[in-house]
Amino acid sequence: MSDIKEIIGKICPEATFEEGECLLVSVPEKKWYPLAKSLKENKDLDFDVLSAVVGMDWKETIGVVYYFTSTSRNWGMLAVKVEAESRDDAYIHSVSDLWKVANFQEREVYDMFGIKFVNHPDMRRFFLRNDWVGHPLRKDYDANPELNPIRLEDEVNEDDSRVFVENAEGKIVEEPRKVFEKDEYVVNIGPQHPSTHGVMRFRASLDGEIVKKVDVVSGYIHRGIEKLTEGMTYPQILHFTDRMDYMSAHQNRHCLCMCIEKALGLEIPKRAQVIRTMMDELMRISSHLLSFGCTAMDLGATTAFFYGFREREMVLDIFEKTCGARMSMNYNVIGGVIADLHPDFVKDVKHLIEIMPERLKEYHKVFSGNLIAKNRLKGVGMLSKEDAVNYAITGPSGRGSNWSCDCRKKHPYAAYSEVEFDEILLDGCDSYSRYMVRMKEIEQSCRILEQLVDRIPEGEIRAQVPKIVKLPAGRWYQQVEASRGTFGVYIESTGEKTPYRVHFQSPCFNLVGVMDLTCSGYMIADLITIGAALDFVIPDIDR
Amino acid sequence: MGIDKIKSMKREDFKDNEYIDKLVDELNATGANVVVGKMDELINWGISNSLWPLCFGTSCCAIEFMSLGAARYDMARFGFEVARNSPRQADYVMVQGTIVHRMAPVMRRLYEQLAEPKYVIACGGCAVSGGPFKNSYCVVPGVDQILPVDVYIPGCPPRPEAMFYGLMQLQRKIKVQKFFGGANRKEKIEEFFAEHPEERGEIG
Repeated sequence: MSDIKEIIGKICPEATFEEGECLLVSVPEKKWYPLAKSLKENKDLDFDVLSAVVGMDWKETIGVVYYFTSTSRNWGMLAVKVEAESRDDAYIHSVSDLWKVANFQEREVYDMFGIKFVNHPDMRRFFLRNDWVGHPLRKDYDANPELNPIRLEDEVNEDDSRVFVENAEGKIVEEPRKVFEKDEYVVNIGPQHPSTHGVMRFRASLDGEIVKKVDVVSGYIHRGIEKLTEGMTYPQILHFTDRMDYMSAHQNRHCLCMCIEKALGLEIPKRAQVIRTMMDELMRISSHLLSFGCTAMDLGATTAFFYGFREREMVLDIFEKTCGARMSMNYNVIGGVIADLHPDFVKDVKHLIEIMPERLKEYHKVFSGNLIAKNRLKGVGMLSKEDAVNYAITGPSGRGSNWSCDCRKKHPYAAYSEVEFDEILLDGCDSYSRYMVRMKEIEQSCRILEQLVDRIPEGEIRAQVPKIVKLPAGRWYQQVEASRGTFGVYIESTGEKTPYRVHFQSPCFNLVGVMDLTCSGYMIADLITIGAALDFVIPDIDR
Repeated sequence: MGIDKIKSMKREDFKDNEYIDKLVDELNATGANVVVGKMDELINWGISNSLWPLCFGTSCCAIEFMSLGAARYDMARFGFEVARNSPRQADYVMVQGTIVHRMAPVMRRLYEQLAEPKYVIACGGCAVSGGPFKNSYCVVPGVDQILPVDVYIPGCPPRPEAMFYGLMQLQRKIKVQKFFGGANRKEKIEEFFAEHPEERGEIG
């Protein structure tokens, strides 16, 4: 870490450093872009993954905290804090040309905070209606419902966008840009559509049947979770995680609990760790089975949907017996888990592990080996490894492009360091690889369960937690491997019993950012295929 | 309104509806054929046993709805398995998941595109009242702010069995509706517009 300090100190002498959970570098806005360029291009630093972009409002100032990691060095995380020069007219230079994942992330920060990003190619709102008044996550947001009532008129389609550039005198001016030209043939897909992923709207400009450009219009399930957390206590914010990516409910909640426990310095009992790991893997199996069923159904092979759900119901039965619910399990809590395992748990899990291999063979016979499925999935939606890293595509989609990004291997947590499993990497870079990675991951999850099911240690299921949970002042960032990629939680606290800011860095947000890249040049039917194989869950994008 | 009786409402209870008897008398007095009652029964039987939902789900409840369609909680045995994607071909919309401000005009447009006779079921806590997100700046607190709802199914998410209970209540409601002459179905829509005159607007 001291090497990083030296190198950064040379590039940008005005930077200040703060040690904490990870190294935090604070730079003034004027020096941000040169530093960012060096972080990416300097071979001694090589921070090529932008993991999170968190907009922040620090009452006197407003700015962004960036989190970086490197694929080639094991530096760990680096946090960079950039404050804009003025609160009411905030500008920060965009880094979306260096790390393409920043494109949508910065749009979200603009939408929520009003910070304009200079040189961002498309500075529009992302989640809220384009006639929304105000920026919700600012601390001085006017929440008067008269300003933003429930409007029943459609918003006007946005074909005009803008770019903020620095002109010759150094002033920031706005230049208009067009999203779609007047003579482009634009087709609207969604928000209500036959594909099963939720309410996502794409506007695709076509040339015959070939897609030229896809514009993602998001926010049809934006519920303002991050703002809601600011008015609730820590035990109360846990239930939101089950409702964001509901197919990784256990993993998301595990992440939030781990972040809070890290801040409190709690030690989790061994039994709780093992139970959490097993529940995570069961959740992963159920999510991948659903993804299998829905991918097949989106392609038109409806029968596979029933096959996938048949096994999924078995996993949901296991959840129901122990956690009390089939979905939205509300099982992980701060300090451990909320209830002990059902007496039938071990027997049920063993039965599941026993039958899963033959069922997987059945799925491969029914769908994966099918000539039509192969033709529709192979070679469709190519995403090279460099693009996967640049767009921060983690999870099965990233591993289908041969990027080794599994959090369980890189930064093991819970009981993952004690079990043996393979990280599935395929180098097809297309939709078929992504689909096959998921199927193989089911096998690996069964392997993990097999190793743990007979060795669940006895003991407490929950550590002692104070009645009122107050985190010390500071900021923490925690990542886990959710079913769709790396899920991150950022908590900034000022010592109160309610958080100052909670940010959820969801994997599906990055996945939808790559739709334009992967769909361009393919046919319109392939757009659905690519969306199905990327497997995003919309409430995770919109939070 | 009798909402407290919903839990224990039996099918026979609907038969003692005075309103229906009065209507039949009125029709007879004006010379309409009493066979009309039988036609209604036939139509209602047909409709209630083949209600086709619109494929519409915004969040988590939609996955439980998919479980409803899968093999264990088979909704095909009720006649509901043909989930249509086009609102023109669907009979009812089961609002699954939270409706947010951006989705509200779309939801309204989908509802208005449904062909009569149409029904709305608010499924899940979010659709009933806003659910866990009630205090958010951009969530519609309950889909009945923008649509007339027939059946409410609480839960987060409601179990598939709870969804079936709600669907069966809808079937019971349908079995007492009238098609020829004073349909109490139409009256409900007019009632809704009388109470919310601002909702009677142009689409888009």
